[in-house]
Amino acid sequence: MKKVTTTLAGSLLALSASMTAAQADKLTFYCSAQEDWCQLMARSFEDATGIDVNMTRKSSGETFAQIRAESSNPKGDVWWGGTGDPHLQAAEEGLTMEYVSPMRDQLHDWAISQAESAGNRTIGIYSGALGYGYNTDLLAANNLPEPACWKDLLKPEYKGHVQMANPNSSGTAYTTLASMVQIFGEEDGFDFMKGLHANVNQYTKSGSAPIKAAGRGENTIGIVFMHDAVKQAVSGFPVKVVAPCEGTGYEIGSMSIIDGARNEEEAKKFYDWALSTDAQNLALQVNAFQVPSNKGADTSESAPDMSTIKLIDYDFKKYGSSDERKRLLQKWDEDVSVLPQ
Amino acid sequence: MAQSPDKKAAPPVLIFWIIAGWVGYCLLPWYMLEDGLLSFAWLVDGYPFDEDYAPALFLIAQGEKLWLAPLVAALALPLFALRRPKSDPLYARMLILSGALGFGWLIAQGFGIGIRGFNFDWLEAMFGDLGDRQFGMGYGGMITASAFLFLLTQGIAARGAINGDVFVVSAIGGVIAIVTAFVFFPIAKMLFAAFVTDDGAYSLSVFAAKFFDNRLWGLGCLAGARCGAAWNSLFLAILVGLITTVLGLCFALVVTRSGFRYKRAIRALTVLPIITPPFVIGLALILLFGLSGTITVFVADLFGTQPTRWLYGMPGVLIAQTLAFTPIAFLVLIGVVEGVSPSMEEAAQTLRANRWQTFRTVSLPLMRPGLANAFLLGFIESMADFGNPLVLGGNFDVLSTEIFFAIVGAQYDQGRAAVLAMVLLFFTLSAFYAQRVWLGKKSYTTVSGKGDAGVHPLMPNGLAIPVMGVALGWALFTAVVYAMIIYGSVVELWGVNNSLTFKHYVTAFSVRFEAEGIRWTGAAWDSFWTTITIAAIAAPLTAAVGLVTAYLLTRQSFAGKNAFEFGTMLSFAIPGTVIGVSYILAFNVPPIEITGTGIILVISFIFRNMPVGVRAGIASMSQLDKSLDESSLTLGANSWQTFRRVILPLLRPAILAALVYSFVRAMTAISAVIFLVSAEYDMATSYIIGRVENNDYGLAIAYSTTLIFVMLTAVGLLQFLVGRVQIGRRTSFGAGRSS
Repeated sequence: MKKVTTTLAGSLLALSASMTAAQADKLTFYCSAQEDWCQLMARSFEDATGIDVNMTRKSSGETFAQIRAESSNPKGDVWWGGTGDPHLQAAEEGLTMEYVSPMRDQLHDWAISQAESAGNRTIGIYSGALGYGYNTDLLAANNLPEPACWKDLLKPEYKGHVQMANPNSSGTAYTTLASMVQIFGEEDGFDFMKGLHANVNQYTKSGSAPIKAAGRGENTIGIVFMHDAVKQAVSGFPVKVVAPCEGTGYEIGSMSIIDGARNEEEAKKFYDWALSTDAQNLALQVNAFQVPSNKGADTSESAPDMSTIKLIDYDFKKYGSSDERKRLLQKWDEDVSVLPQ
Repeated sequence: MAQSPDKKAAPPVLIFWIIAGWVGYCLLPWYMLEDGLLSFAWLVDGYPFDEDYAPALFLIAQGEKLWLAPLVAALALPLFALRRPKSDPLYARMLILSGALGFGWLIAQGFGIGIRGFNFDWLEAMFGDLGDRQFGMGYGGMITASAFLFLLTQGIAARGAINGDVFVVSAIGGVIAIVTAFVFFPIAKMLFAAFVTDDGAYSLSVFAAKFFDNRLWGLGCLAGARCGAAWNSLFLAILVGLITTVLGLCFALVVTRSGFRYKRAIRALTVLPIITPPFVIGLALILLFGLSGTITVFVADLFGTQPTRWLYGMPGVLIAQTLAFTPIAFLVLIGVVEGVSPSMEEAAQTLRANRWQTFRTVSLPLMRPGLANAFLLGFIESMADFGNPLVLGGNFDVLSTEIFFAIVGAQYDQGRAAVLAMVLLFFTLSAFYAQRVWLGKKSYTTVSGKGDAGVHPLMPNGLAIPVMGVALGWALFTAVVYAMIIYGSVVELWGVNNSLTFKHYVTAFSVRFEAEGIRWTGAAWDSFWTTITIAAIAAPLTAAVGLVTAYLLTRQSFAGKNAFEFGTMLSFAIPGTVIGVSYILAFNVPPIEITGTGIILVISFIFRNMPVGVRAGIASMSQLDKSLDESSLTLGANSWQTFRRVILPLLRPAILAALVYSFVRAMTAISAVIFLVSAEYDMATSYIIGRVENNDYGLAIAYSTTLIFVMLTAVGLLQFLVGRVQIGRRTSFGAGRSS
């Protein structure tokens, strides 16, 4: 019964401001990570604090659109997970609020620089580097050499063996495109994409589909975030993960508090909790092999060691902006996707 | 009290709806409750004064939502009609005025004022900033709206429409209202969304830019690159239509015109498309013919060739859709092939035509309308299919999946989804229209009432051998695919570890018996029970709406009946993805705000499956002689009593069929469902697609297999209850839609 009354009290809040302080122990949580991770975060936060969590899982693009639509009447409190670009965009549009967490000194530099580039309206919670994985059985069966660099994928012997997502529909693939432009320069980056196009057997819709296909033996090499490839390897599929030798781009999974949140105090509690080692260690329970932003959090043995990967200085501000995004995607559409394969 | 002495008491229906209107207005919470319809916590939490739960009257009394005030006048008006006899012209006028005013005002305020105050700039310009807002209608709003609607229909009946029959007028009004609200309104809303620019204005150029997109109409495939989704869909649909028609004809000929011994087994094929969840055929094909598929690897070893990914793309989708939709063509063509009168063929033979001549010049031309119908059904099915292209499409983009990815992917472009949906709708409606205008109802002709005694001649040998070969070959292939589905559910990790295990069933459906009772610990139970519940709620409602509509169509005549029929059958031709997109666009804002609830799922099933109920009802009702109704009416029963006491009991087979059919369809639907599920109301099919995306094929196939057996039980039960004849008729109308 207590739960019923507190829930009701929570919904009253929005309308009777005088009651806000007294009864607020509810949190509306927008989650853009994988479903089981979202569930685990919500339940664990409830256990840790006794605050009722109402979780909605949607992709980061959808959540961003929803927050924008609700901006005059925000229904959500905190937005956790999903690639950093939409979080930065929300910060740019003032849809999320500034908050400096006391947990900050425990975080990796990349997480803090993510916050600083957005005027403290967002923060990094995990990061994942781009790379690719290949099916060892298929590679051997086809007598193919083991690739180690991005440029290796252009070799003609890999024709019809490479799979990546369509940058128009997948954030992962857009990160790939932007990374190539940053690694090789725009001209050569697009030449790389054109060369890759000749070897690609399918542009999938979803970002992680290429490595899943590789796991099942339906594809040889999949360009994905490395943690997705690790997940397949851990599930028992014959997949090997490669950190390309030229260096690679990465994403920073982010978290923001929604501006005008009805339950601001709870949102801040969640924010601080989500940056703690306890919360970040939960990732391993659901096979999420991203690198946590808290320096003290555990990393899986199977996870790629970020210190050995050559990370480029990814310009999130520039390549996350919608103008640059539109320009690159249009160029890809016109110059690359129409070429015969 | 100067009333005429012959005044009868006011009709109870009128009293009922007046009371309902007042109850909705004064007692029930006017707006949607955040905790859902089934939560009654509002009773103890500040009701009736709290703004969230207050009835309209209390809101106005507190000076809130004053735009609801004019409804009082509309509610009060019919009270004066109570005193008047039905024959008084004032009675009718009052009711019409009250109903039209009340209903019209409800709609106007509902669309005019939304969650951000006024919805239209001109309203704001006229009245200034409203400074208030409203959410979706709840119990109170809905009941008051229904009251106004039925007051209006009673008024119209009192003016003498349809012989003053209140039941019939109300039924027509009710069906028109719900079909408008849940079919036409969302579609219209979607059409408008195609013209909206990024900042919310309307513009033709936005539509043009999205419509003339290279990804939609490009012809790159002629030059080695890729073609647009519209061409792909069209091309695929034509091929699938042709191939399924030919295969269906082969099966029909084997069953009706050959000495083949196991005809019953072949007939059993017809039930497959109804009970097969989406994707399973696609998954089975991947497991057989994919790059690492069993057959691919076997063939590659045998001939020393290099395995390829030929399956992904058009070939795979074509095979999967042919497997899925051939039984539908078969169903349509059995009726047609049987319907060709043997006496004609006998006449031809008497005139010394040989068997081949008879077949070519008599039998085949008589089947033509059926062939065209089977082709169009295959065409529509293929256009609307979502599951197979999703799993097997590769780089071969088709409209139905493109719509989905326009909404859920990183593009999140509702306008593009709307444009794609319009193109898809245009294709399917054209086919639907062609089917109706060009073929009429000929295609469903089975045996006519005339003396059609006689036996169909056997096929000529030159034809029989290839036809038998094709039909049996395909039947064998279908059997292998379904056997693979069952096998796939009991292997550890297909292709990697082929040891047998029941672990997927255990993960999905384990239960634990504890002191407090059964604990449903399996991962699939949540979505399984939600699916069963939603399907069980939707089925009787679908049957009810369908049968009432069928009754109106067969037994009543009224102005605009053809348009009415077309409207109720329209959702047949609307692909599920289009319904999904349009429901999201229409129902996530007031006045009807139901996205994320279970209600929207139930409603989408009702209107997706309603045409089946209508068809089943029409088919059985046209077998009941009209004199039955007439004698009941002559004996003094009104049309409602006639409907309930005479027609309904005679319709039992049709009711059962509609019930089971809509139940089963609700369990296998995916294309609309995938847009409408929420964390709380997850359906079996969307859970399965989640497993597929997670590479968890074992669990996905095990779950699908379980669903197949559940539905097989449901269909078998029906067969047992009503017999095979009705089943045949039912499915021949029902199967013609995709999930």
